[in-house]
Amino acid sequence: MKEYIVDKLNHFLILTEHRLAVFFELLGGLSAFTIRFLKEVFKPPYEVFEVRKHMIELGMKTLPIVGVTGFIIGLVMTMQLQPVLQRFGAEAYLPGSVGIALVRELVPVITALIFAGRVSSGIGAELGSMRVTEQIDAMEVSGVNPFRFLVVTRVFATTMILPILTVYVIFISLIGAYIAVVLVQNMTWEYFTGRVTFAVEFADAVPGILKTFVFGYIAGIVGAYLGYNAKNGTEGVGKASTTSVVVASLLILIFDMVLVKLTLWLWPNVK
Amino acid sequence: MSNNYMVEIKDLHKSFDGNVVLDGISLNVEEGQNMIVFGRSGTGKSVLLKCLVRLMEPDAGEIDLCGRNVGELNDKELNELRKDIGFLFQSAALYDSMSVRENLEFPLIRNFEWPQSEIDERVHHVLEAVDLSDAIDKMPSELSGGMRKRIGLARSIITKPKLMLYDEPTTGLDPITTKEISTLILDLQKAYKMTSIVVTHDLLCAKIIADCAIVIDEGHIVKEGTIKELLASEDPFLKNFFSDEVINKDGRV
Repeated sequence: MKEYIVDKLNHFLILTEHRLAVFFELLGGLSAFTIRFLKEVFKPPYEVFEVRKHMIELGMKTLPIVGVTGFIIGLVMTMQLQPVLQRFGAEAYLPGSVGIALVRELVPVITALIFAGRVSSGIGAELGSMRVTEQIDAMEVSGVNPFRFLVVTRVFATTMILPILTVYVIFISLIGAYIAVVLVQNMTWEYFTGRVTFAVEFADAVPGILKTFVFGYIAGIVGAYLGYNAKNGTEGVGKASTTSVVVASLLILIFDMVLVKLTLWLWPNVK
Repeated sequence: MSNNYMVEIKDLHKSFDGNVVLDGISLNVEEGQNMIVFGRSGTGKSVLLKCLVRLMEPDAGEIDLCGRNVGELNDKELNELRKDIGFLFQSAALYDSMSVRENLEFPLIRNFEWPQSEIDERVHHVLEAVDLSDAIDKMPSELSGGMRKRIGLARSIITKPKLMLYDEPTTGLDPITTKEISTLILDLQKAYKMTSIVVTHDLLCAKIIADCAIVIDEGHIVKEGTIKELLASEDPFLKNFFSDEVINKDGRV
């Protein structure tokens, strides 16, 4: 019995050690990749055409799914909140409360998670496939810097496009919220948006949107890092793609915690 | 190192996780020469090519290409040197998301500030050279294995390199296409006055292209000479390597 427990404990320790090694390797790799990105992104010549192409491509790819999600979040959130506020006789606060919840937290984070699921895995698979079929090597050997052309352009595009998508989703989610409101009470669109804009302050909207730059960067850099360093043929490509989603989603949530704390520290008067 | 050689390799070592792949390779390739590198799978032939252009960093040793010490170059200098080197990968490594035209234009647009007319002219010229002018607007997925190799070859020579490195140029091709590609490589080598290093298992390809050849085994060069000399060698390893049982009817080892 004692030997069995020692065996199990040993096995657990070895497994934990391995997982920690993998985790720190990933963390170190991502940090090094970030430093390289920051070194390269400001160096001319700027790949404006490639960045624009990726922004359009990635934006168009995720536009429908984040739009539908935003609409449903706004609708459901309002439907859930309405009876609660009614219980306290505070129905008049419904547009404002929903607006704050959507703008401050729900839309930025959920849009980022969906974006990461769609885009991070896509970049991971694309670059991974280029790596294992030697296309990245071919680029490098022809005197072109593949990091600049493939990684910097994509990561810059994801960083820039997510805030734009978030603003779009905020608008769509407010339409969803308004539809949920008019299903139970008589309210004009003008009154609804008036209440929302009255309740949502600068300190609610700006940090909510600003943090999506960080989320967009995370979605791009994680997919690019895992794809760019993919090994072992098609198996490696699949692994890069699926791991990208998990790691990017997790990092988005962790950074959200940090950024919320930072926001509250920077704007202590936010109510 | 002298400047009479296009490629000079001195005591090159490379290992992966303690597994020694190249163990003191020294080799000289003269300007205009076609050198064939033979060896069993996993003996480090492709690693040797990748070390030459620093796609892989050797553990030790010295490499001079076109009179420049590759190990001492910074990124910018290395990229400049790479413009003088063509590399045909085993899979041709065409960029999937780009058409044939874009694949060919890519190294020119990125490396030279040429007018579009000059780029177009160069693209048409190399496509004619590989006899695939009709494929200009096709995507790589629409091409056969042989066509992909030809386009890969066209992309490698579009910058008119001084040195061409071929990694298994005829792998996966039928004997007729193998002969066509090998002849094409030889013709282009003569037309562009290039020096070539060809890693291959294909004796037919080697017979067409080679001026000289080396055989690598267990990280060492076991024999150097002309194809005739290698085939006539009494060395047991070479006799086994080039024996009738090992070489099939297509000439592949």
